[in-house]
This record gives sequence, structure tokens and C-alpha cells, in this order.
Amino acid sequence: MIEVGKFKPKTVYVVYIASTPENVWQALTASEFTRRYFWDRSVEIEPRQGGAFALRLPDGRINVQGEVVDWDPPRKLSVTWRVAWPEDFRKLPACVVSYEITRAGDAVRLTMTESHSWEVPEAILSGGRMGWPAILSSLKSLLETGKPLAIAMEPPTAMIEAIRRLK
Amino acid sequence: MTEKPKFVYVTYIAAAPEKVWEALTKPDISERYWFGYRVAADGKPGDLMTATSPAGTLSHRDPIIESDPPRRLVYGWKPLLEDHPDERPSRVTFELRPFKGQTRLTVIHDEFDEGSKIFGMISKGWPAVLSSLKTFLETGRPLDPSWKDAIQSCAAEAGA
Repeated sequence: MIEVGKFKPKTVYVVYIASTPENVWQALTASEFTRRYFWDRSVEIEPRQGGAFALRLPDGRINVQGEVVDWDPPRKLSVTWRVAWPEDFRKLPACVVSYEITRAGDAVRLTMTESHSWEVPEAILSGGRMGWPAILSSLKSLLETGKPLAIAMEPPTAMIEAIRRLK
Repeated sequence: MTEKPKFVYVTYIAAAPEKVWEALTKPDISERYWFGYRVAADGKPGDLMTATSPAGTLSHRDPIIESDPPRRLVYGWKPLLEDHPDERPSRVTFELRPFKGQTRLTVIHDEFDEGSKIFGMISKGWPAVLSSLKTFLETGRPLDPSWKDAIQSCAAEAGA
């Protein structure tokens, strides 16, 4: 198990969703949901602390893998996050992605926190800062309207270049 | 060098930029999703953005700095409500970009002094307001306004 204390929050995104904590939890942990709002990726997760976590692309390749750090349905999910594809991205140290779900009136506040254990260049953080709002906006639309958004996106050029420069 | 506080939030909305612009500038629409606040910001640069609380109290009377419908809106931000600390005005920028009939809305709130208390308040407030805006434009219903209580309790926990 990793030492979570060494990881510092670098990107936080808060979104309020007209839904229930249980439905938001399901959207985060069930592949029939993630495929619809997370660019066709299927989540694979063992429902326990220390269990395996992965995001799989439609062609079968693994995009992200890690392990479950917190499994507390429907309140808190944290996973370590190591990018396995594209290949260059394997140079990135694992980060920790946490989701916290709390009731707010008749709705739900979902807080996503991306934490890192090293001095991450801004260019590399820009990938998550661009991607999370799109992913979580689409998740919100899917839960509220039944329809995800259509957002095509590639990692920012500055991020790809910064990763290539990593040793 | 300490960086001055700057808040950035991006949301994607299944509505055209014109609709998002209208919702940001017309009080009859803002009142539906902005926790009952009537926000009027459809003037030209130099005109005023005004906001009125559900109790009818004037909560903003700030200059519109830029207005390029439906792409870019910039106004000053100095809350007049008594429960807000007296700080110099900050600045709010809205950028709207169309894509496939949808809108990417970026809100940048900056020009705060270091240690600003209002910065802590707006950092809690914008995600709720913009989440409600998105829900309103996509479903016709705002989010439950009782969230305001949740935001305030959340701000109290954070000591903001």
C-alpha cells in the first residue's frame, strides 16, 4: 500500500448533481456508466481496499491502472492512478485520484481530488485540469438527463512535450 | 513570490452559447437557478452589473468591463451584502466557446488580494451556481436551492 500522506492535492473539481450518493457511486464504479461519459473507458475495480483498479479502452488495452486506497460506498473512493497508455505516459509517477460524495440538500456534491507525490510541472497538471471538467460535466449530464455530452479531446501538446522531457 | 488567489472553473453545457449568455445576463433567468438572485449584466462596457438578493437587497452594483455576446463577459465584483467582508473589488471573466451545439463555459475570478476572505466564499459558491446553471439549461429545472445551506455549512467548516 502506498503512503497516501506523501501525496498533495493539486487539482480539485467540485460539481453538484441532482442525483443520489448511491447513483453517483454507481456511475464511478460500473463500466456501463463509465463507458458513456469517460471516453469509452470501462472501469474495472475490485470492491475492497487494496483491490485492483483499471480503465480499459474499447480495443482491450489498459489506459490506467492502480489499486484501491479507499473503498467506502457511497462516500469515498480513492485509487492510485498510473497511466499505462499512451506509452510515453508510463514515465509519470502514479498519482492518487479521490472522489468524495456528500449530500447537499436534495442533491449530491461530488469532489474529485488529484494528488501528487512530486513537484509536478504545470504543463503535466494541465492534462487533468482540461480533462476532469469534461468528464465530470458529462457524468452530471448522464445522471440528470440520461444523455452524456459529446466532447472530443486530446492531451494538451504542452503536456505531451513535458512528459517526453521526463527522465 | 506568492501567487495571488485565482479561481478557475470549467463546465460543459448541452446548450448553445446564446442560451448560456442569456442565463448569465438576464435577471428573469438568473433568478431561476442562481439561488433566487436577480443578476442583470446585459449592458455595454461602462454600464453596471447589478444583483438583487431574494430578499430584495442590492448585493452588487459593479462595472461591466467587457461585453462581447455570446463570447466574453467581464465585470467587477464587490459584494455589498453586510455579511461579506469589505475588500477591494475583484474581477469575474466568463468565456464561452461553442462546440457541436454545446458550450464550454470558463469562469475566472481573480484580482484578489492575498488572504482575501471573499476568495474562500466564491470558491465554494461558483461550483454550486454553475452546476445549477447547467442543470437548469439541460433539464429546465434548477438544482434544489436548499444547497445554499450546504454550501454555507461547508464554508463554515473550512473557516471561510
